[in-house]
Amino acid sequence: MSFSSRPILSMVLSRLGLGLLSLVIVSLVIFSAVALLPGSYASAILGQNATAEAVAAMEEQLGLNDPWFLRFLRWLGAAATGDMGMSFAGRPVMDVIGPRLVNTVVLAAITAAIAVPLSIALGIVCARYRGRFIDKFLSTTTLASISIPEFFVAYIVMMLLAVKLQLFPSMAGIRASMDWGDQLYRMVLPILTLLLVILAHMVRNTRAAILSVMASPYIEMARLKGEPESRVVMRQALPNAIGPIASVVALNLAYLISGVVVIEVVFVYPGIGQAMIDSVRNRDVPVIQACALIFAAAYIGFNLIADVISIVSNPRLLHPR
Amino acid sequence: MDATARPVSTPRLTRFLHLLRSAPLTAQFGMVVTLAYALVALFAPLIAPYGEVEVVSRVPFDGWSAEHLLGTDQLGRDFLSRLIYGARNSISIALITTILSLTLGCLLGMFAALVGGLVDQVLSRIVDALMSVPELIFILMILSILGGSILNLILIIAVLTSTRFYRISRAAALNVASLDFVEAARARGEGSLWIAVNEILPNILPLILSELGMRFCFIFLNIAALSFLGVGIQPPTAEWGSMVRDNAALINMGNVTPLIPAAAIALLAIAVNFVVDWMLNRASGLSEEA
Repeated sequence: MSFSSRPILSMVLSRLGLGLLSLVIVSLVIFSAVALLPGSYASAILGQNATAEAVAAMEEQLGLNDPWFLRFLRWLGAAATGDMGMSFAGRPVMDVIGPRLVNTVVLAAITAAIAVPLSIALGIVCARYRGRFIDKFLSTTTLASISIPEFFVAYIVMMLLAVKLQLFPSMAGIRASMDWGDQLYRMVLPILTLLLVILAHMVRNTRAAILSVMASPYIEMARLKGEPESRVVMRQALPNAIGPIASVVALNLAYLISGVVVIEVVFVYPGIGQAMIDSVRNRDVPVIQACALIFAAAYIGFNLIADVISIVSNPRLLHPR
Repeated sequence: MDATARPVSTPRLTRFLHLLRSAPLTAQFGMVVTLAYALVALFAPLIAPYGEVEVVSRVPFDGWSAEHLLGTDQLGRDFLSRLIYGARNSISIALITTILSLTLGCLLGMFAALVGGLVDQVLSRIVDALMSVPELIFILMILSILGGSILNLILIIAVLTSTRFYRISRAAALNVASLDFVEAARARGEGSLWIAVNEILPNILPLILSELGMRFCFIFLNIAALSFLGVGIQPPTAEWGSMVRDNAALINMGNVTPLIPAAAIALLAIAVNFVVDWMLNRASGLSEEA
């Protein structure tokens, strides 16, 4: 194994390098966004108190007179250690978004824990009963569901379960003082909406991954040997489709990110997406930068994981001739 | 030319009609719905009972009545009229953005495929970097800094989406560029642009057209989401996403009116996707279930 793992190692390392490079490029874009801000950064922080001396002193204090790449490196270094600077409102950015980040991660993690097994199971069912009613039904609904805006799904869920049936609260304003059960109870509607948004995508991709394996000659062989269809799917196709499926899952978790923003706004869930929209409205640039950096890092991370999984699970790379 | 073109056009028309009739039910449904939207968008001022920004009632959030079929919005404007004008605004902005990004992406993609070498490398790396950022987040950030004018919105989304057209047209063009008739054109001494437009483009067109439909849906949904979040198309322009947000308070009272623009968005996107799905199936030559 030691000699054969080398091509994989180099491919994985090069993917990691590319991911890191795109993270640096993205952070450079995010950093230089400040330069596009009308007026200077220092006077934006000072707001009403922006006298000429105060601005000069602030610029000196923040090191704004240094060359831009020095400032970029300093900003990036600080960001890597979790220090995102001060918001325009005067609080450290991490104090503003830290607790909200935890809320968002919890929301996304619960959603993923339900969505991943469910969508794989449904995808297998679709592939097994290809062309039958269940498959056509799921294919058509998935096609429809990728076309439906997230806020529409969210409001329909809210309308049915919160307003008409009054089963759950329509606002998911959780606080740290609430106990776990209460918090979870309020998170039901956002989680349900996210599931509806993401599930169709994942089922469709899982089905496609299995079906592309089903076209291989060894599947034909297994069928000719007289194996029952469900055994062909479960024993022959599924193990070979695990790589593509895993990368599909990772890609869809990245896709979840933009859905999270909209759904947090609809349900007034105190997460990082809501924080980003609030700071966009207030033009609080340091908070926007921090949120954008976190979202971009998560997105790049998930894409990277998807790539690495599909490299590692490729049997041709595992056993090179 | 005219004399020969006429007789050809009739069988072509019947063949086209036959093609439409042979389309699956979902695709036919999609085409009818898309056509209906286009008509509403085109003739909005003729169909709408009131003006786009005209305040017609003193009662905000008025209920449905004979006078105002879908009631009034938060400022007392006729909801139905704004819905109809919204079709025009939402669709035209998404369409302009799509066409802009298609032109930009395809030209650059074919150019990169034909020229190759360093140009191709640099362009492709830039596209990779742009694609590695979540779209909505990126747009939000740029818009928050540059301000949310319609022009900014169109330009940012067009540039970001052109990466997808770049990818697909570059890959498709690479396949075509190695074929004999491109070699022949090169040997004749044709320029890169001529080859791209006359030799490559016709051969990768089906692929690009279905991508066009899909991207239109994504752009349309993205603009709606941005307007819903309050950073897209600004009032008083009627836009479906912001209509949902402005009237969302009604939902907690069990009123479905704010959901109508959202449903309008969904229906159009579904219709276009159905047509695209059919085109994709035809283009790839495999009709799975047929």
